[in-house]
Amino acid sequence: MSLISAEGIGVQYGARRVLQHMNFSIDVGEVVTIVGPNGAGKSVFLRVLIGAEQPSEGRVNRTHGLAIGYVPQRLSIGQTMPMSVARFLALSGSQNASTNQAMLTRVGISDRAKEQMASLSGGEFQRVLLAHALLGEPQVLILDEPTQGLDQPAVAAFYRLIEEVRDERGCAILMVSHDLNVVMRRSDRVICLNGHICCEGTPSDVSLAPEYQALFGVDNEGALALYHHEHDHTHDTVAVP
Amino acid sequence: MVRAALAGVGLACVAGPLGCFVVWRRMAYFGDATAHAAILGVALSLAFSVSIFLGVLVMALVMASATSMLSGRLYAMDTLLGVAAHAALALGLVAVSFLSGVRVDLMAYLFGDILAVGLGDLAMIWLGATAALSLLCWRWGSLLTVTLNADLAAARGINARWEQQVLIVALALVVAVAIKVVGALLITAMLIIPAAAVRPFARTPEAMAVFAAGAGVFSALAGLGVSFRLDTPTGPTMVACAAVVFVVANLAFMGRRGA
Repeated sequence: MSLISAEGIGVQYGARRVLQHMNFSIDVGEVVTIVGPNGAGKSVFLRVLIGAEQPSEGRVNRTHGLAIGYVPQRLSIGQTMPMSVARFLALSGSQNASTNQAMLTRVGISDRAKEQMASLSGGEFQRVLLAHALLGEPQVLILDEPTQGLDQPAVAAFYRLIEEVRDERGCAILMVSHDLNVVMRRSDRVICLNGHICCEGTPSDVSLAPEYQALFGVDNEGALALYHHEHDHTHDTVAVP
Repeated sequence: MVRAALAGVGLACVAGPLGCFVVWRRMAYFGDATAHAAILGVALSLAFSVSIFLGVLVMALVMASATSMLSGRLYAMDTLLGVAAHAALALGLVAVSFLSGVRVDLMAYLFGDILAVGLGDLAMIWLGATAALSLLCWRWGSLLTVTLNADLAAARGINARWEQQVLIVALALVVAVAIKVVGALLITAMLIIPAAAVRPFARTPEAMAVFAAGAGVFSALAGLGVSFRLDTPTGPTMVACAAVVFVVANLAFMGRRGA
């Protein structure tokens, strides 16, 4: 069953066409990743799907009362508003302090509940955003470059957690990601976006598609291979000062 | 004197929490535009002899809605609000001057006349303040989410435009309530100064709202007391007291952090 579907979405800012002819749907339990260069309209598309932005053409259907967990690409909490981590988590609608604390532990920052949001590091902030999204008991989790600011082990842990969540709750996951190797291993479906859908399909299909290779380079062929033999290549010698 | 105190307390209780949103959402100029429209409201209500409260409320609503809708691309929001705020004030003053038949004490509307608050005024002040405060309490969670991030709110099915409208109505109510107390020129001060004063001591939005109400009540009562003793205009004295609270609070915070 499709949780969110979009037909013929187009977005235009003045004379600039950001998105056109986008058809999309996501089903229960599906993991879909959107890849594409900067300025391809990835974030705009997510914002259209959650209803934060009205498309210039086309329509979006969400199942009635759909619970969406959204992790925005950027969220600045200014110093003007005092906001502790615990209070921010409660804004998700989950008022139970022990549930919220358990979620913080799960995303790996159990000791930050009393901190101010503005004092968190980039990585901690992303984790709190994820905890916030998960506490809303989402049926679909929409993540806009969720791993930016995370170090390598944290990125791995992040994707493991997301997979667990999918398995536990059967919640669908839609994300924009630049972590091509992870994307290629863990997604059911990959959408390659550059103003329109260039190509779409299983990770292995997409990595072989000429449209994908045109965007991400042929020698990425694919990121699958890159992932498997990361250490098989030699580097050019770098002069050490 | 008791009536004046009750009027000041009523205003401060709602101005504190609403002022927090004005501070968080950087709406200070927006507050000014709405408040200045009140003078135009006064002129119109005198001209058509309807209640001042009603005239100010309607004018503030019109002004706030118009400016929030007009926020376009050609001008930045603060330019647009600057035009609106000063145009409304100037138009209001011109309009009042046409009312030659009525003797209008302009100073009372510009700077408030809390000592002249009657029982009827007091009832209106508390009614308006309660209505605005109830509105804020009712929408509190949604308002906070929208203020944090509009996209986050949209994902949760919260309509940002609707919540903005809620704030506009609350602001218009407070302006209508406050014009008798501190006057059109100092309404924004009663919104912003208490909220800003307590910011260093609050760790959650709720704490800041409650502290701001407290700081506002203190400023109102202290201002009333001081103006009674020194025979100074009451509205400005209240705002001056709030400013003192702001300075002392920040000095105390810096001292505590330095220690």
